[in-house]
Amino acid sequence: MSSEVADPAFTELPDPSGHFGVYGGRFVAETLMEPLDELTAAYERLKNDATFQAELDRDLADYVGRPSPLYFAERWSKLLGGAKIYLKREDLNHTGAHKVNNTIGQALLAKHLGKTRIIAETGAGQHGVASATVAARLGLECVVYMGAEDVKRQALNVYRMKLLGAEVVPVESGSKTLKDALNEAMRDWVTNVDNTFYIIGTVAGPHPYPMLVRDFQAIIGREAKQQIIEAEGRLPDALIACVGGGSNAIGLFHPFIDDSAVAMYGVEGGGDGVDTPRHAAPLCAGRPGVLHGNRTYLVEDDNGQIIETHSVSAGLDYPGVGPEHAWLKDIGRASYVAVTDDEALKAFHDLTKIEGIMPALESSHALAYATKLAPTMGRDKVIIVNLSGRGDKDIHTVAGLEGISV
Amino acid sequence: MSRIKGCFAALQAENRKALIPFVTAGDPNPAVTVPLMHAMVEAGANLLELGVPFSDPMAEGPTIQKACERALEHGTSLHDVLAMVSEFRQTDTTTPVVLMGYMNPVEIMGYQAFATAAAAAGVDGLLTVDLPPEEAGELVAVLQAVEIDPIFLLAPTTVDERITKICAAASGFVYYVSLKGVTGAANLDVAAVEQKVVQIRRHTDVPIGVGFGIRDADTAQRVAAVADAVVVGSAVVNRVADNTESPEKINNAVAALLREMRVAMDAGPPKVGWMAKIFGIGK
Repeated sequence: MSSEVADPAFTELPDPSGHFGVYGGRFVAETLMEPLDELTAAYERLKNDATFQAELDRDLADYVGRPSPLYFAERWSKLLGGAKIYLKREDLNHTGAHKVNNTIGQALLAKHLGKTRIIAETGAGQHGVASATVAARLGLECVVYMGAEDVKRQALNVYRMKLLGAEVVPVESGSKTLKDALNEAMRDWVTNVDNTFYIIGTVAGPHPYPMLVRDFQAIIGREAKQQIIEAEGRLPDALIACVGGGSNAIGLFHPFIDDSAVAMYGVEGGGDGVDTPRHAAPLCAGRPGVLHGNRTYLVEDDNGQIIETHSVSAGLDYPGVGPEHAWLKDIGRASYVAVTDDEALKAFHDLTKIEGIMPALESSHALAYATKLAPTMGRDKVIIVNLSGRGDKDIHTVAGLEGISV
Repeated sequence: MSRIKGCFAALQAENRKALIPFVTAGDPNPAVTVPLMHAMVEAGANLLELGVPFSDPMAEGPTIQKACERALEHGTSLHDVLAMVSEFRQTDTTTPVVLMGYMNPVEIMGYQAFATAAAAAGVDGLLTVDLPPEEAGELVAVLQAVEIDPIFLLAPTTVDERITKICAAASGFVYYVSLKGVTGAANLDVAAVEQKVVQIRRHTDVPIGVGFGIRDADTAQRVAAVADAVVVGSAVVNRVADNTESPEKINNAVAALLREMRVAMDAGPPKVGWMAKIFGIGK
């Protein structure tokens, strides 16, 4: 099965009930079924609505700053001695990461649904900041749930969200990280479903979220495709993106899925290594299960309890992954690999020193895999790496790991 | 006749309503659970809901979240919960037991393996909070083959069309979630519950249980007046949490709460209308 080319109908997925093969779906408490139906219907209507699309395009251009550049990392490519590496510069977006592509879109949906209150979960704080940003702009109340551990690790982003007028609620249950923030956001939503729109930050959760977040992020791949054809006159040989929940990766991959000659690599947070208990790599070292509204690969024990994950990057520190990635893995259309904390940190330093671009620790995982892949490919080959976010937010983490106080 | 069906039929013949307490299995430790199950039956429970601990209980308020955490500290697994039901069945072969929890432990055990083991242990129903009927087809078929009732939830947001669909898939009883929120919430609106129960009744003859937000004898009595069964979760689990130092104290505290509820429910509908009661009229 794994060597088969993707079915031509593949890009039509998910099916009407939100499934990518056996993955995805809608595993939520009954109270949320009707709101999810409403959201699906509204999205299906608006995605083909010219006025809505024009509003979205205008925001993406004038507010987010799109299109983001596709930058040829010439010096780094030469040093690695193989394929030419291009970086898709999502780090240059307003708020510093790809997350805003999605929050802009979902906030417009919230506005059209007449919701007055936005909730979001966040791990590293990037999605929380991007949600607080669009809520500020639309004058909506915003509550962000964040694991108490992450609140400590990401103090700067917590303050950014507060400056933007959001309330940040530290979540003290479970492992006090992203998965628990998601649980708490679900609890808020089920309670305040009448006036509240839940902006999920990644391509996971119950249908229609994996589909609509993917659609909002797919602008990354659509632009990259056009840009690489302008630069190289052809499609790339490989795409590389980091995968936590997987929204930046699916955003880059999706417009290339039918281009079967383009290899796709999703890079998970390997932590101390996928052969140790400390990692965040469900696709590389987990197995299928049901969590947070969808069936997908999970990091879990033999009894179906979710295991606390570890990655140096808070944005990858999540035990699940978007269901479309689970499907792409099973049909063999994309390959999923993991790099360790140490490998990611080395890539963080390398790109900063060699290209003068400081990447987010999440994106550093994709860069680390590029340093392995590029030298195995000829100099005439082309790789696009999704530089999903900038590293300013991680300076304290990196300094701390190196024993430096800033 | 299944135990659940038999239980409701017997109650109906006596014009009484079912009292269904919920406890999380293994809370605060596994040794407590089976004696507590027997104590609850003795105190007037008609059917037991046994929570399967899960690491990410998304629909639960703080009370049951913490119960899950206490149970998981002892590693209480779905296998352990089934063993508890088996042990309970050695001396109680009549009280129905429904497992309540989340999909993933069942998913990992495998539907067929779970159904076989659960039937052998004496489980009568399964309520998985995060499994709406749309996703339940395969599991329902496997459960029905071993005569375990799939129990589905209905909510304040459930529209007529879905009520029809859910009731068609339901057996045993249906569980109406009385409010928009998580377990243990405080904003129960009995008038709204009554309205919805009447709406559901138009679609099904299956007994209708109501849960979420029932905290004392008074709310139990008022809900019993409009539904076939009253499910009490967080209020029971709070009694467990307040007495973790001694299994005997847990049993006594839980039994005392259930007895009060039993008495109030069996006394029939409140003599003073509940609305009058709320507004202090007629006192």
